[in-house]
Amino acid sequence: MAWIQTLIDASYFLAALLFILGLKRMSSPRTARGGIVWAGFGMLLAVVATLLLPDLAHRVLIIVAVLIGVAAAWWSGRRVAMTAMPQMVALYNGMGGGAAAAIGASELVSHVQDLAALNGVAVSDNGSLLHAAAAIAPLSPVALVLGVLGALIGSVSFSGSLIAFAKLQGWLDRRFVFPGQRVVNMLVLAAAVVIGVMLATGHLTLALICAFFVLALLFGLLMTLPIGGADMPVVISLYNAFTGLAVAFEGFVLHNEAMIIAGMVVGAAGTLLTQLMAKAMNRSLGNVLFGNFGAAAGASAQAIGGSQKPIEAADAAVMMAYAERVVIVPGYGMAVAQAQHKVWEFAQLLIARGVKVKFAIHPVAGRMPGHMNVLLAEAGVPYDLIADMEDINPEFPATDVALVIGANDVVNPMAKTDPSSPIYGMPILDVAEAKQAIVVKRGKGTGFAGIENALFYADNARMLYGDGQAAAGQLVSELKSLDG
Amino acid sequence: MLDGFLALYIFMLAAFTGYEIIARVPVILHTPLMSGSNFIHGIVLVGAMIALGHARTPFEMAIGFIGVLLGAGNAAGGYVVTERMLEMFKSSKPGKGRGEAK
Repeated sequence: MAWIQTLIDASYFLAALLFILGLKRMSSPRTARGGIVWAGFGMLLAVVATLLLPDLAHRVLIIVAVLIGVAAAWWSGRRVAMTAMPQMVALYNGMGGGAAAAIGASELVSHVQDLAALNGVAVSDNGSLLHAAAAIAPLSPVALVLGVLGALIGSVSFSGSLIAFAKLQGWLDRRFVFPGQRVVNMLVLAAAVVIGVMLATGHLTLALICAFFVLALLFGLLMTLPIGGADMPVVISLYNAFTGLAVAFEGFVLHNEAMIIAGMVVGAAGTLLTQLMAKAMNRSLGNVLFGNFGAAAGASAQAIGGSQKPIEAADAAVMMAYAERVVIVPGYGMAVAQAQHKVWEFAQLLIARGVKVKFAIHPVAGRMPGHMNVLLAEAGVPYDLIADMEDINPEFPATDVALVIGANDVVNPMAKTDPSSPIYGMPILDVAEAKQAIVVKRGKGTGFAGIENALFYADNARMLYGDGQAAAGQLVSELKSLDG
Repeated sequence: MLDGFLALYIFMLAAFTGYEIIARVPVILHTPLMSGSNFIHGIVLVGAMIALGHARTPFEMAIGFIGVLLGAGNAAGGYVVTERMLEMFKSSKPGKGRGEAK
């Protein structure tokens, strides 16, 4: 049966190769689509090869579980709207972390039983000890340490990702903050680590294993709860890297090279991606995790002078129809209202009238870097009309009308002017520099991060209240009626 | 086969590979890449299958079963979501993008 093992090993090798090549292709826009298909083949190969493992029991149960998991995820992944992609990534990532934790749990529990069996043998008959030990082969010390570490990281990623999912899905509102939170978090983590060390050094009991997982899951929960929604993309990316690491460590325990390589590649790539994202938001990772987003927001309730000045859709439409340059700044609010198609229709009408229209995208517009590009692409906006922040910012002073639709924090001038503001230092789109700014907004409340926006009170800003979809629809019909 | 330093070498080389692949990626691909790497650690499914396949008690079987469920969800969900995202990238630039892709 040696050839089957060789076949399986070769499949794992090929899978690891396909993962790396696939990821490589995904990092360039031209080859990205092929990349995921390559990686998909790798996954299929690895799963089929695993089913061929000679000493595998419960094959039917395995196949049933795989089918249920695949069916549920496939169905939900197909159905979900493009706007909800970030939380779905969080959800699936959490599942991966949970699976890694489950592997760790299963290995630890079976290790306990191995030890018990060995002790039993040692008491009854010394002669058969060697034989029994060879057959059972408990985990090596290094495997034990890495297994525990992987279980810890995987558990944190699991519960943390689920909280991130719930927050982005809108099931959990706002941040959850209480005094002394950081101390409590650290204590929970410390307790989990202490028990982890006990487990790893051979003090294995079922009760300790349970306590370990409860504490690890609790820490993921506590760590994620106080983080504001605006920082969630960075956090999801971090948990993505966490899951990768956990998978690599559990791969070591199981002697599975494909898991080690795929997990480690994702762990490293995810860490870098997390840094890139944090940088795009001008936030350090430490700031996001143990951040003062909440603490500073309380202190900076700086009064903003002036009032919000409303405008009717008809006036706004006229203003833009006779403008020379219009820049549209879409935000997540537009995507939530599913207004991107109407907005693009409006932009096309403007272009037909000879207005120069551009879309300006902040690096973290939407919920993740690049998310807004995906959403505009979905609506059919050509690539060359979409401008990055660096390219568009110098153009704002020469812009007649900047139409802000569903964006808030990324156009808040307080990021430049108010050092006590929690978003101080974040690069923004200089909408306030335009001759006229029109802000489409649902109501007078604060944005996603819960911060007042000085732009709304500026002299050159007008507020067009209403749902993004309805407001864009009004603009379209007003523009059409202009032409008679 | 995989003990001590050999595993350490694999860890190290794989980490550098991941780091190098992601360096200098355009911002617009951050979300799909995160989703794509999310799919790749779905390989955890294989580990969960092995864990369930070696389970000896009902308790271990239950843990393993949950692990396989979650792992399968990670892999399948990650694939579908990434594929949908990347598909959109293609259709977004009919002239330029498609010409270059082939």
